[in-house]
Amino acid sequence: MSDVTLDFPATASTPVASKPARKRGTWAGRGVGWALPLALLALWQGAASIGWIGDSFLPSPLAVIKAAWRLTLTGELPRNAWVSFLRAIAGLVVGGGIGFALGLANGLSRLSFNVTDSTLQMVRNIPHLALIPLVIVWFGIEEEAKLFLVALGVFFPVYINTLHGVRGVDPQLIEMARSYGFDRRRLFRRVILPGALPSLFVGLRFALGVMWLTLIVAETIAAQSGIGYMAMQAREFMQIDVVVLSILIYALLGKLADSATRAWERRCLSWHPAFQVKA
Amino acid sequence: MSLVSPPGAPVVARALGKSYGDNVVLRGLDLDVPAGQFVAIVGRSGCGKSTLLRLIAGLEAPDAGRVALGTQDERPSDSARVMFQEPRLLPWANVIDNVTVGLGAGADRRDGRARAIEALDRVGLADRAGEWPSVLSGGQKQRVALARALVSRPRLLALDEPLGALDALTRIEMQRLLESVWLRERFTAILVTHDVAEAITLADRIVLIEKGAITLDVRVDLPRPRRHTSPDAAELEARILARLLGETVVEFRDDRA
Repeated sequence: MSDVTLDFPATASTPVASKPARKRGTWAGRGVGWALPLALLALWQGAASIGWIGDSFLPSPLAVIKAAWRLTLTGELPRNAWVSFLRAIAGLVVGGGIGFALGLANGLSRLSFNVTDSTLQMVRNIPHLALIPLVIVWFGIEEEAKLFLVALGVFFPVYINTLHGVRGVDPQLIEMARSYGFDRRRLFRRVILPGALPSLFVGLRFALGVMWLTLIVAETIAAQSGIGYMAMQAREFMQIDVVVLSILIYALLGKLADSATRAWERRCLSWHPAFQVKA
Repeated sequence: MSLVSPPGAPVVARALGKSYGDNVVLRGLDLDVPAGQFVAIVGRSGCGKSTLLRLIAGLEAPDAGRVALGTQDERPSDSARVMFQEPRLLPWANVIDNVTVGLGAGADRRDGRARAIEALDRVGLADRAGEWPSVLSGGQKQRVALARALVSRPRLLALDEPLGALDALTRIEMQRLLESVWLRERFTAILVTHDVAEAITLADRIVLIEKGAITLDVRVDLPRPRRHTSPDAAELEARILARLLGETVVEFRDDRA
């Protein structure tokens, strides 16, 4: 018989699952994120300075900053930015409020869900910007037009994510709360609402994206004030620096809204393992 | 600290029946649990033991028969507390707020927090009161769930395999903790488990359920605290296991004898 040697691989070490320490919020980590945009900005300025990019095609960053300063002094920029901001917030509050209320109602009540959900799903499949011609006929270019479009746009992400969040609350926790004698109000406040919160924030951040998009389109087509209107006016007079400035203002407003929401989210969801920073 | 704990509540179940669709889970089951007794309900998966516990604790309503807990007008949500297999802590509430959940409608009372701290102290976790449940280990979470169940001084504690998901050592620790708490507070305890050894370690009485009916009801008259190594406990365990697993195992034991 041949010798049987059992040759166990001695080096078969078990892989050590070493989780890399997640860096979040360190200054170095944040700095890396800014490096690329700053480099692009420098490249843009350089290209414009030596004349590779013509002023009528794309003005240099410095020219844009000058335009910003000029329009700030005349008061045109702050006024229009403020108008756009108010429109965005008003639309978000109205559309988001209705979406939140209906999402809660349909998540909590089978009857309400059966009555309204299929209708809402049908309306959802119409791109809300397709309604612009109709909205102009209805409201002209008054504030109602923008409010209506923004509210309609933010309604669906808020509605769907609220509904999803309420439906997704762990039924075991609801059963536990019931067995501990929670009434409906306490059940809602202590179990359902906090349980739906992560999903609510997803909906809110989606809604912010839709909000700015809708506002930009609505202001460039049907408005007499606001950042979008400012951009369209500038295009008439070939003030490309103001056009670029308007685009940057939109980016800045969008970024600010998103950052504010994220900070709020971190505060509200500090219990969530995804938001816990290891000390 | 209240020194007078409410005495345990007696449980009476008469001709209990429960079905889910065509699946009959309990068929005309009778059970009497005197106040303060520690009963273990054992049986195979799907025999109806958890359903029985859920009916007793008021989590579900029976299709037939009745179940009564303590006095006539006693509601399970006031005097019965359930410990589930999962801790079922609210992830968005810190440890102490999870314990005050157990006070039910009295959670907002001024002494609520003091009582919660006291309950946490009884399970040895008073120093973790301010932490999120997500940072606790499985055994610690289950201890918080125990504190939540105990904080209202329940008259009945219904335990639905609460130690099933714990590792062996944590399990033994939890068994000792449960026993010491029960000895001190004397609530009625009903423990559903598939672990016969655990039932013998903890219970005064073991009820075996097969196909929705009680087929064995034995008293466990062993001195406490009980240890797994006691020969009496081993003999009792072998008897119940033989019954649970069917006769083939009994024959196998006879061959070896």
